[in-house]
Amino acid sequence: MASSSKRDDLSGVTIYEALKERGFSRRDFLSFCTLITATLALPSTFVSKVAEALERRKKPVLVWLEFQDCAGNTEALLRASKPTVGEIVLDILSVEYHETIMAAAGHQAEKSLMDVVKNQKGRYIAVVEGSVPMGDGGVYCCVGGRAAKETVKEVCGNAMATLAVGTCAAYGGLPAASPNPTGAVGVTQAVPGVPVVNLPGCPVNVENITATVVHFLTFGSLPPLDSRGRPLFAYGKRIHDNCERRAHFDAGQFVRQWGDEGHRKGWCLYEMGCKGPETFKNCPTVKYNEGTSWPVQAGHGCIGCAEPAFWDRMAPFYRRLPQPPGFGVESTADKVGAGLAAVTGAALVAHGIGRILSGGKKKEEERR
Amino acid sequence: MSKERIRVYAWEFPIRLTHWINVLCILALSVTGFYIGNPFMHAVSSKQYIMGWMRFIHFVSAYTFMLSMVVRIYWAFVGNRYASWRVWFPFTSRRFRDLMDAVKFYLFISKKPPYAVGHTALAGFTYLLVFGVFIFMIVSGFALYSLNRDGALWTLLGGWLTGVMHLQTIRLFHHLGMYLILAFTIIHVYIGWYLDLKERNGLMGSIFSGYKFVTGKEWE
Repeated sequence: MASSSKRDDLSGVTIYEALKERGFSRRDFLSFCTLITATLALPSTFVSKVAEALERRKKPVLVWLEFQDCAGNTEALLRASKPTVGEIVLDILSVEYHETIMAAAGHQAEKSLMDVVKNQKGRYIAVVEGSVPMGDGGVYCCVGGRAAKETVKEVCGNAMATLAVGTCAAYGGLPAASPNPTGAVGVTQAVPGVPVVNLPGCPVNVENITATVVHFLTFGSLPPLDSRGRPLFAYGKRIHDNCERRAHFDAGQFVRQWGDEGHRKGWCLYEMGCKGPETFKNCPTVKYNEGTSWPVQAGHGCIGCAEPAFWDRMAPFYRRLPQPPGFGVESTADKVGAGLAAVTGAALVAHGIGRILSGGKKKEEERR
Repeated sequence: MSKERIRVYAWEFPIRLTHWINVLCILALSVTGFYIGNPFMHAVSSKQYIMGWMRFIHFVSAYTFMLSMVVRIYWAFVGNRYASWRVWFPFTSRRFRDLMDAVKFYLFISKKPPYAVGHTALAGFTYLLVFGVFIFMIVSGFALYSLNRDGALWTLLGGWLTGVMHLQTIRLFHHLGMYLILAFTIIHVYIGWYLDLKERNGLMGSIFSGYKFVTGKEWE
C-alpha cells in the first residue's frame, strides 16, 4: 500500500470509494462514522456530517516516521483479527512511507519520503512514533545515515499537521527516562512551532488517531487541545472519574494484595498504586484491542503511561506516592513522617529533662 | 518591682474563633486526609460509602480552613497590635534580637524565658512559616481537587500548580505537609503549656478568654 506505484491514487480516490473498493458496505461505513463521532465526543447529529466529509474528501497523504521506539504504536495499529478500525485507518489514508509496513526499501524508500515532502508540501500529515534524540548531534538515532532530529525538522516542518503518537513521540517517553543518555525529547520540543497533536499512551489508542484525522477531514481543523497538546475529546477526563471500579473506591473496597478477595471481586486498585487519579485519558471508554479490555479491567492498576515523564514520576507503580529523595529506597512518606514525629517527641522530652536538670524549678521559685 | 498583675485583652474574638476553627479543621483534615492517602478502614459491603464520606468531610473542612485563613489574614491588617502582620516578621533589629534571645532560651544557652504580651518574636516568625505551610496545603489541595472539578475558580485556587509541579510531587508534598503541621502542633502545645507554667501569665487560658496577665513592669 505504500509502494511508489500507488502514488497515482493520491489525487483521485475519495475515502468512501477506497473503502467500497475494499469491500466495505455502506452499513460498515456508517457504523465506522458513528464510532468515530462518538470517540470525538460529538452528538449523534454529527454522524451525517462526518460521513459526508469522508465521502467527499480525498485520501490524505500520510508519512509515518519511527525513531527511538519499540514499534508498539504500529503494532497497535496493525494487530487485529478482522476488518477493524485499524484497517479502515489504513484505507482512508494514503500511507506513503512507513518503515515497518512499506514494500520499498533502502534509498528507494527514503526517496519516496522526500518526494512527499517536496511534492505535497503543506498538504500531508506526518505521524511520528518514538522520541527524537538531541544529544551529541543526534547520533543515537539515524535512518538512512540521517539524524532523526534533522529528518523530523524537515518532514514535520513541511507537513500540514503532525501527530505525535505514543508517549515517546509526545514527551520523550521511556528513552527520556532519567538519566536520559541520548537527550531524547518529544516532537514539540524537537521542532518547536509546528502544529503538533500529542496522542500519548503506551501504546496509543488507534481510535484516537482515527478520530483526530477524521476531525481534521470533517472540520478542516485540528481538534481542541489541552495545555499539553493533547486533544480534549480523548484526554479531557481523568481515568479515575470514568473508571468502572470507581464505585468500589467511593465505598471503601480496595485490593490490598494481588490475588486477595478484593482482587478476585474486582475492587478498586487504589492501594495497589493505581495512577488513575493522576492520569488523563479515555481508556475506560475506548479501551484497547477493539474495545476488548484495558489495564484496570484486566485487574492491574493504571501506570499513568499517557502522562509526561511517567516512567520517572509515576514510579513506583505499585505505591500511591513517589519515594522522597534522599531517604533511601525503602522509606516511604509515612515512615519519614513517623520519624519526624519521633524526633519531635524526643526533642521535647530532652528539653523537659534538660530544664529540670538545669534547675529551672529553683529559678522559678526565686522569681516569685 | 511591681508584682501586681494587669489583665490585658490580647486575643480578640476573630483570633480565638479562627484558632479553634483551625484546630478542628486540622484534626478533621488530618484524619480524613490520612485515610484518603492510605485507606486503613475497609468496607464490608458495597452499600457503604467510606471513601465518599471521607472525601466529602475533607473537602468541606478544606473550604472552612481556607476561609478561616482568609479571616485571620484580614484580621492581621485590621486587628489589634497583637494580631498584626508585623509580629510575623523579625526584620527590625529589636525583634531580631528578641528572636535570637528566644532561640538561645530553647537551646539552653540562656535562662531568661522569652516574654511578650502577644507573640514572642520567635513565635511570630514560626507562625509566618506555618502559615506558609498552610497556604501550600490549601493551594496543593485545590490543585488535586481541580483534577475532578473543572472551573476557573479551582484553577485559580490551585489548579495552576499542576502546570508547575508534577501531580505526584504535589501529592507527596501535600502528604508530607500534614506531618509538618502535626509536628508544629506538638511543639506549639508543649511550649504554650511550658511558658504558662513558667510565667504564670494565663497563656493557655488566654486562647479561650482572650486575656493574659502581665506584671506592671512588663506592661511598661
